[in-house]
Amino acid sequence: MTVLDRANRNLTLKLLGIALGSFGFGFALVPLYNVICGVTGVGDQSALLRRVKAIENPDPNRTITIEFLGNVASAGGWEFGPVARTVEIHPGKLYSAEFFAHNLTGRDMTAQAVPNIAPSKVAAYFHKTECFCFSPQHFKVNEQRNMPVRFIVDPAIPKYIDRITLAYTFYDASSQVSKR
Amino acid sequence: MAEHSVAAAHDHDHKPHGWRRWVYATNHKDIGTMYLVFACLMFFIGGAMAMVIRAELFKPGMQLVDPQLFNSMTTMHALIMIFGAVMPAWTGLANWMIPMQVGAPEMALPRLINFSFWILPFAFTLLLATLFVPGGAPAGGWTMYPPLVLQNGASFPMLIFAVHMMGASSILGAINVVVTILNMRAPGMTLLRMPLFVWTWLITAYLLIAVMPVLAGAVTMLLTDHFFGTTFFTAAGGGDPVMFQHIFWFFGHPEVYILILPAFGIVSEIIPTFSRKPLFGYEAMVYATASIAFLSFIVWAHHMFVVGMPLAAQLFFMLSTMLIAIPTGVKVFNWTATMWKGSLSFEPPMLFALAFLFLFTIGGFSGLMLAIVPADYQYQDTYFVVAHFHYVLVPGAIFGIMAGVYYWLPKWVGNMYHMGLAKWHFWLSAIFVNVLFFPQHFLGLAGMPRRIPDYAVQFTDWNMVSSIGGFGFGLSQLLFPILIYMCVKSGKPVKVNKAWEGAHGLEWELPSPAPYHSWQTPPSDAIIAKGAFH
Ligand SMILES: [Cu+2]
Repeated sequence: MTVLDRANRNLTLKLLGIALGSFGFGFALVPLYNVICGVTGVGDQSALLRRVKAIENPDPNRTITIEFLGNVASAGGWEFGPVARTVEIHPGKLYSAEFFAHNLTGRDMTAQAVPNIAPSKVAAYFHKTECFCFSPQHFKVNEQRNMPVRFIVDPAIPKYIDRITLAYTFYDASSQVSKR
Repeated sequence: MAEHSVAAAHDHDHKPHGWRRWVYATNHKDIGTMYLVFACLMFFIGGAMAMVIRAELFKPGMQLVDPQLFNSMTTMHALIMIFGAVMPAWTGLANWMIPMQVGAPEMALPRLINFSFWILPFAFTLLLATLFVPGGAPAGGWTMYPPLVLQNGASFPMLIFAVHMMGASSILGAINVVVTILNMRAPGMTLLRMPLFVWTWLITAYLLIAVMPVLAGAVTMLLTDHFFGTTFFTAAGGGDPVMFQHIFWFFGHPEVYILILPAFGIVSEIIPTFSRKPLFGYEAMVYATASIAFLSFIVWAHHMFVVGMPLAAQLFFMLSTMLIAIPTGVKVFNWTATMWKGSLSFEPPMLFALAFLFLFTIGGFSGLMLAIVPADYQYQDTYFVVAHFHYVLVPGAIFGIMAGVYYWLPKWVGNMYHMGLAKWHFWLSAIFVNVLFFPQHFLGLAGMPRRIPDYAVQFTDWNMVSSIGGFGFGLSQLLFPILIYMCVKSGKPVKVNKAWEGAHGLEWELPSPAPYHSWQTPPSDAIIAKGAFH
């Protein structure tokens, strides 16, 4: 092996190492992404999925409209949506709302609801004490039932917010649940 | 003296014959030729798909293909043109030219590059085979966004493996380029004496090594999400499909510079030759290229302004994107300044280089418009975006490749091509490419969405014009292989080393056609210094 061959081999291995490193970096972007989302508060799933203890301290002078939305991840198979589309609330007071689901897939199913809130900034002020999105929901063939969500809006919520949309997407989670 | 010894070496190079010469190819010129022929083939396959798209869009309503096939065509056209045509063409040019330009006898890793070439036919056979599987070819766009990409049936795993193979091939190709440039240069060929094609390719190769594996990681996550129950991009399991877009574009934006930087290099060789002046601001060109490459890592989210991100992030990505206009402006200025008071002549390579300069700049300007966040909200996913990236890729990257081929072809085969026919090829291409893509700016601004097989009637006129331009452009490209074939078979022999009187650089110190092994005796310092701009 000449000097040049050895130099070529060493540089090739180094470059392959860099390539391998970037492959790992691609995966490292996953936790990094979650950290950045957490810091900036974008799509803060953890805030939406956190169960909190409610301390009531109602502010009767403010009214906020909460809109509820229900989507199904893949068309057909489910009827899913809010029982009441909107509700007017006072910050600092505990409320409850219900979503309706009907399994039309023809099989026993497990579904997982994933919440989303708009505007995304209010995620930090919107607390749930109870939610059907905290755990997978099991449905027998053709079973239908209402599912509760109990929430309280922090009175510290910025003054200009007068409308909040709480949307749930209903996913088939049978495969994920069987793996857990 | 050096010339004499090279000519002597030419007499007894041991060329293997028949199929073995190609299957076991380790010669940098044979490898380069195979890459270029493969790229040309893919260019016409991807082009045929573009013809299907333009035919369907010739008038409103659905006439030729169903929506699924239409979307397969847009998806496959992009994948084939990017990974099958442009990238292999650059690798082919790199293999042909870099040893000749840095005074090396061969590329550093000939067997590795043989492997990396032969991956490609398999990758693209696999990709093209998806056209015939249940569910059809991938139709969710070349960006492979989940969850859409996961809903494509049997083609999905084939797409992923094809992308893996293309990625591996281009990483190995890039490693070969870096090792050759860093280890194989002739003594006296210092870094700042290297031609700009070598410089831009060196930087491109680093980009490839840095981002192709990230794409490989992203598609691997898609694969495990689909088959092994991971939930990287599945909201039901706590993942986020938007994260795919971030990872994809972390690869995707540097990728667009991978497609264009070597063209910057080629144009920087051609304009001085036909201006009969040294390149203006050689060093500035090197630093500008490096700055563009660096900036390309911090601008990716400009592709995703509408998916939602904090205001600060939008501002950051907008401003960093606009910053790229500065080094790019330096380049455009330097090319123009090179021509200033030069004695210009307009042979085909120069014509393509000049069209590159004008039309790539138009594409750059529309890119700046797209960088503006509030404006992007309107332009996102319209034909304005399609017009933008085709302006930087067709008269940008593709014209750069053609300029390079017309520039070096006489050196490769030792014959001059038919000058008149090549000028026809240029003028037809230059006119039709504008007829094809310029109206798409209007369509986009008027709100026509991309990737939809039908459109509202008010878009009809410009779509017809665009389609006519498309057919014209497609047909005129047939001249290109014909010209090359004629040149190889019956071109007038070039007797001198310098096919172009104003040419600089080591490749022009070798005889024409270039000997099978390039610089078996390294060129002297004097020869190197004569060819360098710095
Ligand atoms: Cu970009």
